[in-house]
Amino acid sequence: MDVTDLNLWYGEKHALHGVSMKISEHRITALIGPSGCGKSTFLRSLNRMNDLVEGCKITGKVVYQDKNIYDPDVDVTGLRKRIGMVFQKANPFPMSIYDNIAYGPRIHGIKNKAKLDEIVEQSLKDAAIWDEVKDRLKSSALGMSGGQQQRLCIARALAVHPDILLMDESTSALDPISTGKIEELAVKLKENYTVIMVTHNMQQAVRISDDCAFFLLGDLIEFSSTDKMFSKPDDKRTEDYITGRFG
Amino acid sequence: MTDKKSAGRRAWNATMKALMIIGAVLTITILVFVIGYIFYRGIPHLTWQLVSGTTSYLNDTIGILPNMLNTLYFIVLTMLIALPLSIGAAVYLTEYAKKGAFENIIEFATETLTGIPSIIFGLVGMIVFMQAFGLKAGLLAGSLTLVMMITPIIVRTTQEALKTVPDSYREGALALGSGKWHMIRTVVLPNAIDGILTGCILAIGRITGESAALLFTAGMGLALNDFFTAMQSSSATLTVALYLYASENGEVDTAFAIAVVLMIITLLINFAAGRIGKRKNK
Repeated sequence: MDVTDLNLWYGEKHALHGVSMKISEHRITALIGPSGCGKSTFLRSLNRMNDLVEGCKITGKVVYQDKNIYDPDVDVTGLRKRIGMVFQKANPFPMSIYDNIAYGPRIHGIKNKAKLDEIVEQSLKDAAIWDEVKDRLKSSALGMSGGQQQRLCIARALAVHPDILLMDESTSALDPISTGKIEELAVKLKENYTVIMVTHNMQQAVRISDDCAFFLLGDLIEFSSTDKMFSKPDDKRTEDYITGRFG
Repeated sequence: MTDKKSAGRRAWNATMKALMIIGAVLTITILVFVIGYIFYRGIPHLTWQLVSGTTSYLNDTIGILPNMLNTLYFIVLTMLIALPLSIGAAVYLTEYAKKGAFENIIEFATETLTGIPSIIFGLVGMIVFMQAFGLKAGLLAGSLTLVMMITPIIVRTTQEALKTVPDSYREGALALGSGKWHMIRTVVLPNAIDGILTGCILAIGRITGESAALLFTAGMGLALNDFFTAMQSSSATLTVALYLYASENGEVDTAFAIAVVLMIITLLINFAAGRIGKRKNK
């Protein structure tokens, strides 16, 4: 995925300033930076979730599979099928666990019961939650714990077989054990998916990401491999941030 | 703290408490008196002959079956027209329309319309549907008038219900590649259904209890009609019949019997609305 000179305005507010970045496949890319630096905004512009925000204007290019996703002829629903998203707060639909997972495949026309069963099972297994819920697929998803709900949301995103998974601070509302499970999961997922995640947690970025992008006030300050960024950052501001001098 | 001050405060407290108890007792007394009096006057005249028969001056019988049926017809036809109209409008306003001056004007207008005295709707209905469109007083003209009256109510309650559906559900559905209408149909509306149903029941209550708007447009016919003949023939609902019997025919006893029937229907409607409200809070 190749981002070139991406600018974004919320009304008068210029939230992203000419961001360019080349994101590699089958790696975990972490987006870090202080609150309000534009990292979530950037993430949400990768599957055009910012389209939902009124007064949001975007210039520049996000090229994915040789196609600018902001071209007028792009099918946004098809795009979002290939670039899935998991939100900061788990947002399972108030329906059964099974129906939550089957929601995406059903949108895309899968009606066959056996096929759906298979997708549901596989997605829940991929999200490492199958063993915990296999006996209560028909019960409401709202009865699960916060960590389980978040893994359910990951399973729901996987059920439509995306290529890329965007995770928007998906562990920030969870306890350490649930966070650990989701981190393990992200590492496992990169074999088959490309993962791009926003995180507030520097240790998390070090633990699991391969590449790292540091944002500050709407600018991309530095983008390199995580190892390099956390050992020899090029920019003074990056160093100040990751050593905790501000943020 | 001096004793004098605390004594004054105690006296003030006692006075306020007494005033509130008096207020509560008065309210309950009025309520009990009205309900009790209606039942006391009405029940002795609520005979099988009255609820299953028709009024005939030749046979000298009085029956309110036609009026009960008319009320039912009005509920059915009005809801049939108003429901898709108002839910469509509410979904448009909440989910599609850009937030701005236009939406504010519509919301202000619906709010104003819910507060307009119903007799004004009756007047407008008579001028528009009967004089301009040439409909006769009856089910069709009356229902169209009621549609104008209850659409704002259902629009308002549906909008409120839609707004209680968390945006995270919408985002979740869209992020899975759902189209907008599919998202509304599968995630938004099912989660707003209790609120919409409550609005419908309130609207049915309004229709059942409405008299002023129907005096102009429904007509005062007491004959037994089926749904389709009622469309264009004068059809008095229970409330209109109550007015007729009480004021024009001097049949006050029959009027009280009708009042009992209306009260029972209203109680049932409120009970149903309460049940749905409870289910929602669960």
